[in-house]
Amino acid sequence: MMAGPAGVSPEVELEARGIVKRYGPLLANDRIDLVVARGEVHAVMGENGAGKSTLMSILYGLQQPDAGEIFLRGRKVEYRSALDAIAEGMGMVHQAFKLFNSLTVWENVVYGMEPSRSGFIDRRMAIARVGEIAARYRLAVDPTAVVGTLSVGVRQRVEILKALYRDARILILDEPTAVLTPQERDGLFDVIRHLAADGRTILFVTHKLHEVMTITGRVTVLRDGRVVERMATADTSPREIIRAMTGRAVNLKVEKSIAKPGAPVLVAEDLTVLSDDGRPLVDRASLSIRGGEIVGIAGVAGNGQTELIEALAGLRPPFRGRVSIAGQDVTAAGVDAHRVAGLAYIPEDRAVTGTARAASAADNLAMGFHRHPPLARHGLLDGRALTAGAKAMIARFGIKIGSEKLAVGTLSGGNLQKVVVARELTHRAPLLIAEQPTRGVDVGAIEFIHSELVAERDRGAAVLLVSAELSEILALADRILVMYEGRILAEVDAATATEEGLGLLMAGRVQEAA
Amino acid sequence: MLDFITPFLVNSAVQAITPLLLAALAGTLCGRVGVFNMALEGQMLVGAFAAVVGSYATGSALGGIAAAMLATVAFSLILAYGVTVFRGDAVVICVGMNLLASGLTAYLLRQMFGVSGTFSDPAIVGLEKIRIAAINGWPVIGWIFSRQTALTWVAWILVAVVTVVMFRTPLGLRLRGVGEDPEAAETMGVDVTRYRIITVLVAGAIVGLAGAQLSLGTVSIFSEDMSAGRGWIAVVAVMLGRNHPLWAALACVLFGFADAFSVRLQGQGLPNQVTDVVPYVVTLVALVLTHTKRRRRQDPTITASP
Repeated sequence: MMAGPAGVSPEVELEARGIVKRYGPLLANDRIDLVVARGEVHAVMGENGAGKSTLMSILYGLQQPDAGEIFLRGRKVEYRSALDAIAEGMGMVHQAFKLFNSLTVWENVVYGMEPSRSGFIDRRMAIARVGEIAARYRLAVDPTAVVGTLSVGVRQRVEILKALYRDARILILDEPTAVLTPQERDGLFDVIRHLAADGRTILFVTHKLHEVMTITGRVTVLRDGRVVERMATADTSPREIIRAMTGRAVNLKVEKSIAKPGAPVLVAEDLTVLSDDGRPLVDRASLSIRGGEIVGIAGVAGNGQTELIEALAGLRPPFRGRVSIAGQDVTAAGVDAHRVAGLAYIPEDRAVTGTARAASAADNLAMGFHRHPPLARHGLLDGRALTAGAKAMIARFGIKIGSEKLAVGTLSGGNLQKVVVARELTHRAPLLIAEQPTRGVDVGAIEFIHSELVAERDRGAAVLLVSAELSEILALADRILVMYEGRILAEVDAATATEEGLGLLMAGRVQEAA
Repeated sequence: MLDFITPFLVNSAVQAITPLLLAALAGTLCGRVGVFNMALEGQMLVGAFAAVVGSYATGSALGGIAAAMLATVAFSLILAYGVTVFRGDAVVICVGMNLLASGLTAYLLRQMFGVSGTFSDPAIVGLEKIRIAAINGWPVIGWIFSRQTALTWVAWILVAVVTVVMFRTPLGLRLRGVGEDPEAAETMGVDVTRYRIITVLVAGAIVGLAGAQLSLGTVSIFSEDMSAGRGWIAVVAVMLGRNHPLWAALACVLFGFADAFSVRLQGQGLPNQVTDVVPYVVTLVALVLTHTKRRRRQDPTITASP
């Protein structure tokens, strides 16, 4: 959909000229020019490290450019901090939300700009104001709800409300759909359309091509800190955008041969996982994954996928049922026993479960495999083997980090994901459980990770894939299990599966899907 | 059992609560901006010492209070700048401050007055006990409200003030936000460092009052390490109250009565080594009980519904 007034040259809302930003030897932004019209939904695309985040930080005043100028509605502006930018009508919804979980929605929204009466917060006024904005842009949020109890999609609406409360004319959305379900995403798109129709301008930072095609009017593509392409969405194609982003043609389809499944590697029988108050989160799930096949688990988030994987990986003891890996019963055993039996695991949350942020890349790349040769000898770590292994992985997986000795906490999301993927794929385990392996990763890296997962399969590993992206499951899996309310509702042959059919099964509508 | 509750017990309990309460209030303020203040013990000791010095030098209790507040604010600069500008670890800094306070006051005691152990002098003017004639004779009400120092009144008024400021004003909202997620507060244009420094210093002034009550409230003396664990009990009250001034105050009331009760037991002929343990046992039991309850309530599987 083309947003903004069609036809003769619309008014320029935001213009950046010759933005340069340098971090030591790295030129993050190299003379970037960006022109965005009022009421436009403008996509800013690029691979990890292309300079999108730096550019957005500069536009939002979080960082100051080394050179270059910013014009808002034709007037030159200079920001000392984000506050100046906010005062000029900039708003930003960060990828990681910046909300106070213990406070209510309205408290979060008015924070720092509270309506007050004789020294006290005017609570009624605040709630009314927040409710009014929410209604106007169809952001369904209860102003008095405590943020910590809200779902991710609603929290994002709170972030948007925060910007609108400060009367943001230009809204930067940094990968806003990375954490949303398809339904929440559609809701967000509705909101974006309303905002654009109201004359507000949206900068939409994303990796996801189909979203760019759906919602944006124009696209600016960055590569290596430079603008490589500016185009109208209507005149371009996903393939063209990818070529601009990567500088080469990327394979969107995953090349894979027909699976040759061998013996079962992961077997779970009658697995039940209870919540702390006794509700079944996983309800008598049985599955068997054989070597040489990729089995995908599809389902709307929150239908027990996370808990099933936790039980299979030894992170959460099941209430009932059995789990075995390569013929070894590991039902009640801990994570280490699972690892020894042959598990490699790419967890859903790379920052919390997947890596130790303060530890070096070398340590992170060794974790989980550090007790056994070749990394450990006689119970002691072999520093040289650790370093050599880390260097090899950094090179092979193209992890952008200065040295293997640096802490991983500073890495971008995509790079951090590569650390996890590199570690788990390098050790050639017979079983690989991959949870959201490409979340927040750029297109080039997605292609690489996908081909690596297929390579794992082809060398005989059993691969269990959980993904919120239906397209990813359809592209990679040989068989698809659909989870609904903790149960494995159906098994579908990937060759005959369709997005519509899976969608119905994910909603629990078995009859209609049949 | 009930005959334990005598006018004296109640009156002295309210007195004993005052320094705890002031220190705990300071602790909740710091906790709300995300600074875990474990230095209350040391701050209180500095305040107690400075109060005696001020009172001795000026010949007025008010001078003592002013000196206590000034000294404790100055002492609190270590914490305020240590955790913000110098990005130090609050626990390490606080341990250092507690040790420093103990050594420094003992040293100054020797240097300034040439005594060690305890310093008492007729020139030290204590805090006046405000006798409210109208209610002095009343049971309970009179015991609680009459014959208390001004600082006791100040302490309870501060509980109300801090609660209202914390939960009803823009300033309070900002403080709570700073403590919960400094990064988020920063993006909303709130200067986290400044809010933290000022809050820690204001809290320092309040602990100064606690120190003054300690050395000028009941007796007009200073002895080495006279805070005697009260700062730590205040830390526990802050934790029990989860940085909420009213809950922290409630915890202080409990500890204050335990303290007064132990003094009372001493009067019954029990060895003071045994009775001295009472407040700490109560503290431990309270901590363990609330902690286990809290753990049970926590549900790691809470996932937001879409």
